[in-house]
Amino acid sequence: MKEFIQVTVDGLAAGSIYGSVALALVLIYRTTGIVNFAQGEMAMFSTFIAWGLIEANIPLGLAIVLTLVLSFAGGMAIERVIIRPVEGSDPLALVIVTLGLLILLNSGAGWIWGFNNRAFPSMFGDGRVDIGGVRISWESIGITAMTLGVVGLLFLLTQKTKIGLAMRAVSANPESSRLAGIRVGRTLAIGWGLAAAVGALAGVLIAPSLFLDVNFMGAVLIYSFAAATLGGFDSPMGAVIGGWIIGVTETLAGHYVDFIGADLKILVPLGIIIAVLLVRPTGLFGSREVARV
Amino acid sequence: MSLLEVADLRATYGQGHVLHGISFAIDEGQIVSVLGPNGAGKTTTLRAVSGTVATTGRVVLDGRDIRGWSTDKIARQGIAHVPEGRGTFTELTVEENLRVGAYTRKNGVREDIARCYEWFPRLGERRSQHAGSLSGGEQQMLAVSRALMLRPRLLLLDEPSLGLAPLLTRELFGILEGIARDEGITVLIVEQNANLVLKFADYAYVLEAGRIALDGDAEQIQSEDAVKRSYLGV
Repeated sequence: MKEFIQVTVDGLAAGSIYGSVALALVLIYRTTGIVNFAQGEMAMFSTFIAWGLIEANIPLGLAIVLTLVLSFAGGMAIERVIIRPVEGSDPLALVIVTLGLLILLNSGAGWIWGFNNRAFPSMFGDGRVDIGGVRISWESIGITAMTLGVVGLLFLLTQKTKIGLAMRAVSANPESSRLAGIRVGRTLAIGWGLAAAVGALAGVLIAPSLFLDVNFMGAVLIYSFAAATLGGFDSPMGAVIGGWIIGVTETLAGHYVDFIGADLKILVPLGIIIAVLLVRPTGLFGSREVARV
Repeated sequence: MSLLEVADLRATYGQGHVLHGISFAIDEGQIVSVLGPNGAGKTTTLRAVSGTVATTGRVVLDGRDIRGWSTDKIARQGIAHVPEGRGTFTELTVEENLRVGAYTRKNGVREDIARCYEWFPRLGERRSQHAGSLSGGEQQMLAVSRALMLRPRLLLLDEPSLGLAPLLTRELFGILEGIARDEGITVLIVEQNANLVLKFADYAYVLEAGRIALDGDAEQIQSEDAVKRSYLGV
């Protein structure tokens, strides 16, 4: 039983990471209708920036804050330079553009930082806390808490602030938003900036558990796609809950089901994606529009 | 000086929505109607003013040529446009729709929302519902209210009667006229229902195939049966 709880909590921590990246996917999908295949590589690139800052002897906390700010600016720049010219094109073109961005960031990072594995320091140390005989790592607790914090902040931002209202207005009806005086392009850019920052945070949170290299977010992105699909691509809360379900399922399956083990657990999210698409394409929390004519 | 002056306005897009160089002027506080059959260019005229269609010519607001400006910048000059199809933010609540309408403003938003609920109590009852769940008539009231939340100097209305029951249409027009006269809002309104709109407008232009076929005081147009028969089909 203790082992079960321990594995579950580790699964929640992993799930929080998937949830964060899924959240970033949802942020972009909701405002622009684009499924951003480059989200994982954007997070990878940001994590390398954090690594570079740490190597330059900037304290970990400050390095992460700087990384988030730079990632926000980078996300806005990507929207303005790469996405805006193709905005409103057909979905296939947009997919190709984000795939191109994926390759660009991946090779760019390799060119700048090389293809070696790097160790990334943890914010939470490697201590464990004993709760009723179950030893849970501070790492897992910290990651889960940070994710909840991000979800809370994003909720406040989108529901309680003017810029959040503008973001929701633009995603609901860009044309009407312009007529109300909203600068649609700038609002979309802010959406990309936020997604980049949320992804960057996921990157620096997961990097200590994995080794940092140019491909380290690849598998995470697949789990995150599963999370977003499960939760509903237009539901931020769904993304995070989907992340937890995927994380826990994957960790438990890897731990308890012999033939799955560590090598085959990537099949779990793929299976979930297929099942969701067959049974409930809108996801658990995705909304179908309420409309009456 | 006129609030809005349009000169030699031309527009081409899609099929059948074309303007062949129209010119008109609207004074501050006037209610002006654009009439004419389907495809005459009425909607395009409004879209040219709010910058949602590419045009040539001049669109002068308060002495400044705003043609070619971005739509959001034009909106920030105090031009509110209730578009064809109402432009409802279906996923937002009624109250959020109104707050989006007031996006360009800082103060007095809460008071203005309360005012909208006084004019249209139905909206007040449904303030926290998704706007997509409103009936057509309620969405039309919401669209008008949203435009008024901008505190516009110039209000562009595209067929506010579309899909409304006759009684509701008269009520909506009555409320609109009251607000426009009280607040000195200049209104440019496109309507199919000529009889109704001419009772409420000061001046009217009749468009035919992208040109102004005639114009005159609303009463005068209203009284000319021959005009109404040939151009307005009533």
